[in-house]
Amino acid sequence: MPISGRARSARASVRAASPERVSLTKRAKSGAFRSRSAGDAAEVTRRRTARLPLAAALLVVLLPLVAGCGGNQNVLDPQSKPERSISHLWWIMMTGAWIGFAVIVFLLFLGWWRRNRPGLPGGGGDRAAVGIVVGFGVAVPIVVLTLLFVYSDIFVLKSTAAPSARSTKLTIEVVGRQWFWEVRYPGTNAVTANEIHIPVGTRINLVGTTDDVIHSFWVPELNRKIDLIPGRTNRILLEADRPGRYRGQCAEFCGLQHAHMSVLVVAQPPAQFRAWLANMAKPAAPPSPSGRRGAQVFLAECAGCHEIRGTKARGEVGPDLTHLATRETLAALTIPNRPNDLADWLRDPQHVKPGSQMPALGLSDAEIRALVAYLESLK
Amino acid sequence: MAVAAPPRAQDRIGRLERIWEERPGLLGWLTTVDHKRIALLYFFATLVFFAAGGVEALLIRTQLAGPDQSVVSPGTYDELMTMHGVTMIFLFIIPITVGAFGNYLVPLMIGARDMAFPRLNALSFWLFLGSGIFMYTGLALGMAPNAGWFDYVPLALKPYDPGLNIDFYALGLIFNGISSTAAAINFIATIFKLRAPGMSLNRMPLFCFAMLAVSFALVFALPALTIDCVYLELQRKLGFHFFDVASGGDPLLWQHLFWIFGHPEVYIIVLPAFGIATSIIPTFARRRMVAFPLVAIAELLVAFIGFGVWAHHMFATGLATITLIFFAAASMMVVIPSTIQIYAWLMTVTTGRPQFRAPLMFIGGFILFFVIGGLSGIMFAAIPFNQATTDTYFVVAHFHFIIFGAAVFPLLGGMYYWFPKVTGRMYHERWAQASFWLTFLGTSLTFFPMHIVGLLGMTRRIYTYQAGLGWDAYNLSETVGAFILAAGLLIIFANLVVSAFRGAPAGPDPFYGGTLEWSIPSPPPEYNFAVIPKVSSPYPNWDRADREEDARRLEQGVLVLEQGHETPASTVLDGRLDEVLDMPSESPLPVALALCVALVFVALLTSHYAVAGIFGALAVLALGAWHWREPAEG
Repeated sequence: MPISGRARSARASVRAASPERVSLTKRAKSGAFRSRSAGDAAEVTRRRTARLPLAAALLVVLLPLVAGCGGNQNVLDPQSKPERSISHLWWIMMTGAWIGFAVIVFLLFLGWWRRNRPGLPGGGGDRAAVGIVVGFGVAVPIVVLTLLFVYSDIFVLKSTAAPSARSTKLTIEVVGRQWFWEVRYPGTNAVTANEIHIPVGTRINLVGTTDDVIHSFWVPELNRKIDLIPGRTNRILLEADRPGRYRGQCAEFCGLQHAHMSVLVVAQPPAQFRAWLANMAKPAAPPSPSGRRGAQVFLAECAGCHEIRGTKARGEVGPDLTHLATRETLAALTIPNRPNDLADWLRDPQHVKPGSQMPALGLSDAEIRALVAYLESLK
Repeated sequence: MAVAAPPRAQDRIGRLERIWEERPGLLGWLTTVDHKRIALLYFFATLVFFAAGGVEALLIRTQLAGPDQSVVSPGTYDELMTMHGVTMIFLFIIPITVGAFGNYLVPLMIGARDMAFPRLNALSFWLFLGSGIFMYTGLALGMAPNAGWFDYVPLALKPYDPGLNIDFYALGLIFNGISSTAAAINFIATIFKLRAPGMSLNRMPLFCFAMLAVSFALVFALPALTIDCVYLELQRKLGFHFFDVASGGDPLLWQHLFWIFGHPEVYIIVLPAFGIATSIIPTFARRRMVAFPLVAIAELLVAFIGFGVWAHHMFATGLATITLIFFAAASMMVVIPSTIQIYAWLMTVTTGRPQFRAPLMFIGGFILFFVIGGLSGIMFAAIPFNQATTDTYFVVAHFHFIIFGAAVFPLLGGMYYWFPKVTGRMYHERWAQASFWLTFLGTSLTFFPMHIVGLLGMTRRIYTYQAGLGWDAYNLSETVGAFILAAGLLIIFANLVVSAFRGAPAGPDPFYGGTLEWSIPSPPPEYNFAVIPKVSSPYPNWDRADREEDARRLEQGVLVLEQGHETPASTVLDGRLDEVLDMPSESPLPVALALCVALVFVALLTSHYAVAGIFGALAVLALGAWHWREPAEG
């Protein structure tokens, strides 16, 4: 819902006293995954307003919609140092763009205003006109573009550059695959999919590769994007200022389910992160009595494609499911990870995500129930 | 001019009419070499493709009108979006600007009786038509290209796309490229050699400068695309390894070659539009272009610098920083020629006595859209912003403002502007102005919200999206805008169709235009100019004395060239009379040759290489017959 920047700021600061945290499952029904507190957003808006009053004024007047109703993928709602520098760059460029546009509109309006009037003396004012062409068309752009070049392509570029290995505390490997993200934490056994947990306020070296076609890793509120290209290893700095969930999406067309290849970055306090990672690195616990039947079905039907560490399931086609129950979503953020949704997915993956590599297995209802019980026990 | 010509002039005109007359009926259209009729063939064919691309766009927008819709399946969506891009670029914009507008107008503006190579011109059209039908056959068979118009590998390789879809794409574009290359060479020769004596390069209309720049850009850019597609087909059909990492190939090779073509392509698309703007503005502002030489240089320069910026399409691929900075700097430099032109257009309007009739209104809309698209274009030279927003709807917004706003709007204005010349009848002014406002509103509503939704993180080429990301309202607005835009376009075409039959007679020069096409009757006779016109300025039709001199020359039989299909050739720079050329007459060979080439591509598509060889040999035979000297005519 579009609301003006000022109104939003005011409304948000009222809420800031009791930051709302919407649980994922509540919102998941609509398929969106947003969670950051309104208080955080208000703080960002206030800071931006203080630094760039003109841009903010223009925002209110001309483009009230941009920052008004961000989901969780908003380039202009930066949550890290590099993304803040990109967002600043945008506000500066947008301000300049509106000024340039205003000049053009003014000149065009001048022409409209002078329509059908007699010509200037001597049919011309030619020298003045050529002077304006050279001045506004050559001189001014050279100055403006040089300034923009130095600012954006030297200074901002530095803050968004791939980090040197020594400046980061943690390396995470992301492998793009049709159509999910495989996530590995080198030095540990942890493997997961579509959900990248990171310690908050920590510089992380994210290393991106692909297993099949070109994908592009992009979490708009944390940094720019990098393409994941066969034969290449691209790196990017990942960091988040405060705890929260940050949505990302594959940005390079990668086939039928390019639209459903999203990723969630979960920034946690370091202690929580360490606990999560330790759990992720462990093999799956043996199935409880209620999960035993499901484990058998899994080995018979699913193990050819999926791995569950600590069992005989070693497939490598689909994502590692060792701790599936800890994930918030299924099929790369296509549906929430709830028993009913999981059952729907198992019954007919092609209905949920047409073209997905996972076939409909023709499982009976009993088998599906057993599988769900087992999979939902994989904490 | 032909009005009340004295008897001797009338005799000469009668003789010219007999010499240049072509066969009537359908057969005449198949064998024609008249640049005007070929231009009309291009025009109608490209409009059919435009309609197809438009329907694809509307289907895309309907699918995206709301979250989680399934109007079309993901596979169909991918085919639609790919065909929309391929159609609009290769089967609409380039052929309509170069093939239809360029073909019709360049000879008329430079005072020539035809293009330099009339049969090559016909061949270009038939090849173009063949390539279009070829690619649409894929769609009809449910095997349309589906890896995006940019067709990145490895997604476009056999393991990920085993059908014929990509083969239709690669072979279709090679096929199409032959047509465009032939057309471009024809324009270069025509513009350099066939200008009327007296039209030195500095007196050549800016439209022709734009077409010259476009032609050179096509000749140098297309080989990169053709080679890329040849590599792709060799890999898909014969198992070569150009893009295969395991065998030492590199998928980025595709991207580099594609964009070495793809970025100059952007200027190929917009330069003719600039040319149209520089034709319409002086006429309705009632004055010469401000900074004429600067604009001419800018048109050539933009085509040249446009070759040095391609990697800004690849800033997220992980190129070395120094490479990024080089291409960012070049991308900023390419802005300057465009700002020169924008201010030259604006200053011409403001210092003239502008009459805002429909063509100038479309140019006004064009300037606004081009400035918006240009300003967002500058932002992509800022590397970090580029790396953040590339492959989002911000890019989609940017290039639609350029390709639709800046390239198609002048085309629409140009359709109205030259309609009286082509048909001899006036369009309906009030409906034309209404159609402007409707298309202007539709374009803004369709493409402007894409900036916002792109900044909100909406990536490109997704067949659907989830609710709750803040994208829904913008997408709905875009869809509504697309249908308004479609309505505006339909009104334009309805206006033109109705006016072609019922419009008021236009006379030779309804707008008091400055270039030579307005000095001859509407519609122009087959031979264009009864006498080769005298030229002593860039706006010869405003030089009354020269036009009176033409009438005297016709009377005295000077430079009438009534001994056969003749047109004068002049020197490249100064435009001094060099020789009189004997032009070929109509022939069935171009269409026959094009048919052979089409069958070669069909055989290649279906992997019948021997059959391809046979049709290739037939094509060579047709070429041989083509070069057989025809008997002299009297």
